[in-house]
Amino acid sequence: MKRTWKVQAWRRFIIGFVGLYLMVPLYSMFDFSTKPFLIADSGRNLRSWRIIPSQPDLGIAVLRSMITAGIVMLLILFMIVPTVIWVQLKLPKLVRPLELLCLLPLAIPAIVIVVGIAPLYRWISINLSESPITLAGVYSMLILPYTYRSLSAALDAVDIHTLAEAAQTLGASTFRMISGVIMPTIRTGIINGSFIAIALVLGEFTISNILNFKTFQVVIAQIGRTSGNVAVSVSLASIIFVLVLLLLVPATKRRAAVLDVDLA
Amino acid sequence: MTQVTDPRAGTATSRAGSRHWRSQSAYLGVLPFLVFSGLFLLYPTYNVVSGAFKNNENEFSTAALSEAFHSSITIHAFKNSLVLSLWTAVAGSILGGLFAWALVTGKKEGYFYRFSIALSSVLAQFGGVMLTFAFLATFGFNGVISTLAMKVMPSSFLADSAWLYGLNGLIVVYTFFQIPLMVLVFLPTIENLRPQWREASDSLGGNSREYWTRIGIPVLTPSFAGAALLLFVNSFSAYATAATLINLTSFLTPLQIATALSSEVGGANPAEAKALSFIMIVVVTFVMALYALLRRRVTKWEANR
Repeated sequence: MKRTWKVQAWRRFIIGFVGLYLMVPLYSMFDFSTKPFLIADSGRNLRSWRIIPSQPDLGIAVLRSMITAGIVMLLILFMIVPTVIWVQLKLPKLVRPLELLCLLPLAIPAIVIVVGIAPLYRWISINLSESPITLAGVYSMLILPYTYRSLSAALDAVDIHTLAEAAQTLGASTFRMISGVIMPTIRTGIINGSFIAIALVLGEFTISNILNFKTFQVVIAQIGRTSGNVAVSVSLASIIFVLVLLLLVPATKRRAAVLDVDLA
Repeated sequence: MTQVTDPRAGTATSRAGSRHWRSQSAYLGVLPFLVFSGLFLLYPTYNVVSGAFKNNENEFSTAALSEAFHSSITIHAFKNSLVLSLWTAVAGSILGGLFAWALVTGKKEGYFYRFSIALSSVLAQFGGVMLTFAFLATFGFNGVISTLAMKVMPSSFLADSAWLYGLNGLIVVYTFFQIPLMVLVFLPTIENLRPQWREASDSLGGNSREYWTRIGIPVLTPSFAGAALLLFVNSFSAYATAATLINLTSFLTPLQIATALSSEVGGANPAEAKALSFIMIVVVTFVMALYALLRRRVTKWEANR
């Protein structure tokens, strides 16, 4: 009994200490956002929260981020996932090189990618489009290690060779075999990859800031230069939004997404 | 007769040809991905690595690299980066590891457990501008803690927010996202500690301390060290938080790279940016290789169990 009492005391102490470390800054953000907004204001108010919707650039930045996240998801779904399956099925010699390629972004910090990719985006801006949505290209590479890991874990759990043979014996085309038979069995891995995409696109600052694209984070920084209160309430709102999103997704589906690591 | 065999022979060869073509055409399936990753991943990597050995006139030269090794600013920034990564990896892995243990000893899949994991996944990604705001609101001028400190103990360092904009401040701020990351990375390992081991240790007469020193800690050490290496890389590569919190353009290596890259300042120096980037790649690759070695040990152990 003495031992469980000790364990409980330690547990409470650790949770209390780390909890304070994590929660006090979040509370401080709320505290800051309710500070008197104008000199004329006498007390605390929620004005900075109320004027979030009327911020210029913000709505469009959120919309653009969503579109970018959507494109990243499409790239995962129609390019990365089929390639990984294809290599496992038809080109076993390439499994190892593909893995190395997919893990390469782990060794390359985002700030380094910017240095290398700046000429490419200069070209894209001049010849194709100046839209921040073009960042989907580099973002899909940044999350490649996590996409690959959750995919390969999901693929290891099912015997895709048997599935593929069965599908083809029954007359399915290669396209139908991949899209209709194999992909549904690794649904969870794909969903997890999509979650990482949303988190990454909403949170990315390094690349977009240096390449001068107005993404969500860059716009928040820009608002922060004119109105601290509003910028802080937008930040807190976005944290709560993602937190609620994560709490709503059933725990079993989230499991592997939670294991991802942001090295950007 | 020959009329019959000839077309057959023809089909045979053409079929063999089609089979050969089919096996070669399998490689076509990876082409889109190869082109795409070539553009957005391999090209930037090649650009940095080859650029590190060129000068700004695109000629072969190791001047930028040797300049990096001799410049006191660069060495100072690199040292700061290493110290910062080391401290936040240590602090983050210890605090996060303990918190993961506290979560496991609690009710599994309870509300607190689920909330903690969801919050960890949000806060581990939480960096840059928003993190800077959070800490300015806490320790900055008129922040929650600094106001409190001003009232309670006006002479302490907390009352004056200057410390926040230096190395110590960055350590405190970075640890904020290192702890949740550690929780996420380490939780699966600590959940894998078998209760049977504890029972075995207890029934053989071991006490709590003996269990941890002889079983728990030795078993967890490789994963713990691996996670700490991951945290090191995470902190070493981070740019956004430092960039928004402090204005010193060459305080950390990532900040120095950004300064060398952007022409706003006037003295854009792509060769320097690439040389510094190359050094970063070398450090990160080295640490990630160590991580891979450790993981292999862990996986082997998990497979043999």
